[in-house]
Amino acid sequence: MFEPGILFAAVLNGLTTGAVYALVALGLTLIYGVLHIINFAHGAALMMALYGVYFLKQSLGLDPYLALLPMVAVMFAAGYAIQRGIVNRASHGKDENILLVTLGLAIVLENVALLAFKSDTRTIDTPYTLATVAIGPAAIAVPKVVAFFGALVAAAVLLWIVRRTDLGRAIRAVAKEKHGARLVGIDVDHVYAMSFGIGLGCLGAAACFLLPAYYVNPQVGNGFVLVAFTIVVLGGMGSFGGALAGGLLVGVVESLGGLWFGESLGQVGIFLLFIAVLLFRPLGLFGARA
Amino acid sequence: MASALLRLQGVSKSFGGLAAVQGVSLALPAGCLGALIGPNGAGKTTLFALASGFLRPDAGSIAFDGEEIAGAPPHLNARRGMTRTFQLVQPFAAQTVRENIAVGAHLHCAGRREALAQAQAVAQRIGLSSQLDKPAGELTVAGRKRLELARALATRPRLLLLDEVLAGLNPQEVGEMVPVLREIAAGGVTVLMIEHVMQAVMHLAQHVWVLAQGRLIASGTPAEVTRDPAVIEAYLGHGTARRLAG
Amino acid sequence: MQIAAFAAAVLLLALTARSGVVLNLAMMALYGALMAIAWNLLGGYGGQFSFGHALFFGTGAYVQAIAQLQAGLSPWIALPLAIAAAAAVGLFFGALSFRYGLRGSYFALVTLAFAEVFRILALSVPFTGAGVGLMVPLKEGAANMQFADRRGYIALVLALVVAGLLVTSWLRHSRFGAWLQAVRDNEDAARAVGVDPLRVKLGAIGLSGALMGAAGAFYVQVFQYIDPGLAYGPHTSIEALVAAIVGGLGTLWGPVIGAVALHLLADLTRNLFGALPGINMIIYGTVLILIVMFAPRGLLGLGRSVRSLWAGARGSTSAAAAPQEQVHG
Repeated sequence: MFEPGILFAAVLNGLTTGAVYALVALGLTLIYGVLHIINFAHGAALMMALYGVYFLKQSLGLDPYLALLPMVAVMFAAGYAIQRGIVNRASHGKDENILLVTLGLAIVLENVALLAFKSDTRTIDTPYTLATVAIGPAAIAVPKVVAFFGALVAAAVLLWIVRRTDLGRAIRAVAKEKHGARLVGIDVDHVYAMSFGIGLGCLGAAACFLLPAYYVNPQVGNGFVLVAFTIVVLGGMGSFGGALAGGLLVGVVESLGGLWFGESLGQVGIFLLFIAVLLFRPLGLFGARA
Repeated sequence: MASALLRLQGVSKSFGGLAAVQGVSLALPAGCLGALIGPNGAGKTTLFALASGFLRPDAGSIAFDGEEIAGAPPHLNARRGMTRTFQLVQPFAAQTVRENIAVGAHLHCAGRREALAQAQAVAQRIGLSSQLDKPAGELTVAGRKRLELARALATRPRLLLLDEVLAGLNPQEVGEMVPVLREIAAGGVTVLMIEHVMQAVMHLAQHVWVLAQGRLIASGTPAEVTRDPAVIEAYLGHGTARRLAG
Repeated sequence: MQIAAFAAAVLLLALTARSGVVLNLAMMALYGALMAIAWNLLGGYGGQFSFGHALFFGTGAYVQAIAQLQAGLSPWIALPLAIAAAAAVGLFFGALSFRYGLRGSYFALVTLAFAEVFRILALSVPFTGAGVGLMVPLKEGAANMQFADRRGYIALVLALVVAGLLVTSWLRHSRFGAWLQAVRDNEDAARAVGVDPLRVKLGAIGLSGALMGAAGAFYVQVFQYIDPGLAYGPHTSIEALVAAIVGGLGTLWGPVIGAVALHLLADLTRNLFGALPGINMIIYGTVLILIVMFAPRGLLGLGRSVRSLWAGARGSTSAAAAPQEQVHG
C-alpha cells in the first residue's frame, strides 16, 4: 500500500486539479442550465484561452494571475459574440442544430490552433512555477495552491452573480421559463448571450489558474471537455453545487486512480464513469434539474 | 351488459408530493362511447397516460379485455387494440398527411403500398382527402386534430382514447367532427373521450365519468351527471346544468 | 432506376478517366459517400446523431486486418466478418444507450465517449498492434482485394455504395423505414400507434454500423495500415456526419452529394493552399457551421428551395396549395 504521505499529497493534488475542473464545469453548467445546450466547443474554448494566457506572457510579459481580468473580459466578449452571432442564428429552434454548430466550432478552433501553433506542447516560465508550499507532510506546487483558491473564489463570484444580481435573476428566470421571462420584458436573446459569455469567462479564469502548473497544445481541450461533461452530468445537469462537488471529487479520483493504475488507464476510468453516469443516472448524484 | 373492455381498479399515481390520480376505478363496456370530464388539472390526461402505458401506476390494476396491462409499454397496448391521441397534437410534422396516417396503418399491414392506400381510405372517412399530400406541419388546428384522429383510426383499434380531440375547434368544426365520432363508435370501436366541449359530450356520450382533483366524483349518463351537485360544484358551472336540463 | 444510372455513370468515369488524380478523387469521394450514407441511416432517418461513428469504422477496420494477419483468412471472407462485427458493436452499444433512453445530446456524448474508450483500449492492447498499429502486407491481386489499378478499388467501393443506396432506398419504401422516421419525428406519437422505438432504433444502428464497418474494411485494403488514431479517432466520425448533413439529412442522394462536394472543396483547397495540417478539418467545421446556419436541409434542400422558387416565379400551379382558412381555437 502507499504511504499516508503519498496518499495525502495525491488527495491534495487531486483537490487542486479538481477545483480547476470545477471552474470549467461551472461554466458548462451555466450554459446548459440556461440555454439547455451542451456546448461541445467548451474544451476548444479553454484551449484558446490557454493560448491567450501563454501569448500574453510570452509577448507582453504579463503574469498569468495579472492577466485574469483581461482574459475573463476577452473570453466573455468572445462568448457573447459567438452565441449571438453564430449559435443563436443556427438553432432554427432545434436542439440538434446547436449540437452540430458547437461541434463545428470545436473542430474549427482546434484545427486553427493546430495550423497556427503547430502541435508542440508549450509551457510558461514564472518565478513561482517550481516553488512548493508545505502542507503537512506534502509539498504542493504553489501554482496549484493558487489555482485551488482562485478557482473557489471565481466560483463564489459566479454564484454571487447568479444569486444576487439582477442579471442573475434574469438568468434564472430564463432558465426556468423562457416564455414567461420574455413576457415580463426580459430580453431572452441578451440573457442567452450573457450566459454563454459568462460560461466562457469562467474558462478565461480557469486558463489563468491552469497554465502555470500545466501546459498547452491544440488537443488539450479534449481532455478537459470530457472531464467537464462528466462532472456536469455527475453533479446533476444545471446544479452549481453539484458541479463544484463533482469537480473536486473527479480531481481526487483521477489523482488516486493515477497512483494505482497509471495515467492512460486513469483516462479510460473517467470515460467509463461518464458513460455509466449517463446510462444509469443522467440526473446525476444530486439529481438536480436545469 | 357488455363486458368491460377497459377496467381500472384503484389506480393511483403521484408525482413527487402531488397525487395526480387517486384510487380511480371505472369499467368501460365494449361498444360504449364514454366521456371523461372534469375541471382542468383533474388528472384526466394522466389517467389516459396510465391506461395506455405511458405511465406506470403506483397502485391499482388496469385490465384491457380481461388482460392485466398496467405498466405495459404503449406500443404493446396499441397492438392489443388500444390507441390514444394526445391533447397537444403530435403530428409527424415533416411528413405528409398520407404518410402520417400510413404509420398507423402499418400496425396491421406490412406492405408500404397497402398502408398508403389504407391511409387514403381513412382520410376519406375523416374528411382529409383534399390534404393528403400536404406536410402535416402546414395543417390548421382543426386539420391536425383530424389527422391525429385519422392516424389513430388507421390502427384499427378496439378502444380509442381521445384526449380533447375537439379542443381548439370553432363551433362549426365541432359540428363537423361530432358525426364523424358517432360514425366511428357506430362502427364498433369503443371510445373514451376526454372533453371539455359539453355540447359534444351531451350528444355523443352514453356514459360519463367525472374526475376532480384526481378522484372519481360521479359516474352515470350525461343527464344524471350534469345534475349531480358534486359535479356542479367541482365545475362551478351552474349555468350548464340549468341550460341542458331544459 | 436512379441508382443504376449513378453506378453506370461512375463506371463510365472510371473507364474513361486518364488522370490518376481524378481516379483517386473519385475513389475517396465514393469512400466518403459510403460513410455518409451509413451515418445518414442513423442520423438522418433515425434522428439519432452519433458523434462517434468511428467506433464502427475502427471495428470493421481492425477485424479486416486481424482476420487476414492472425487468422490467415482471405480478405473476401474477412469483409463480411468485419461488417458483421461492426453491426454487432452497433447493436450492443445501441442496446445499452437506447435501453436507457438516451437521446439527443446525451446520445451524441455517449457515442463520442465510446469511440474514445475504444481508441485508448486499442492503444493499450497487443493484438491490435497497440500504438504501432497493424500493417497488411502488400500483395496485389483481385483475389487479395488489393488492386494495382485504382479502378479496382473504385469498383469495390462503388459496389458498397450501391449496397448502401439500396438499403436506404428500401428504408424509404418499407414499413421499417416508416416506423423509424415516425420515431424520429415524434417518438411518443409513434409509440401510441404501435411502433416499438427500441427495436427500430436498434435496426437502424445495426445497419448504420454495418455500412460504416465496410468503410473501415475498405480503408484497410486501400492503405494496408490501421492504427488506433486512424481507426477510432474523431476525424472519421466528423467526416461522416459533416458530409451527410451538408448533402441533406434524411435523403437518398444527400450523403453522396455532400461527400463529393466536400472532397472537391478539400481538393481545391489543397491546390490553393498546399497540404496544411488540419486544413481539411477547418473546412469541414466551417462548412458544417455555415450549412447549419443557412441551409439546415443541406445542399439537396437548397436545391429544392431554389427549384420551388423558380417554379413559383414562373407562376406554376403545382406549387399552389388549396386555400386554407386559418382558424383560431
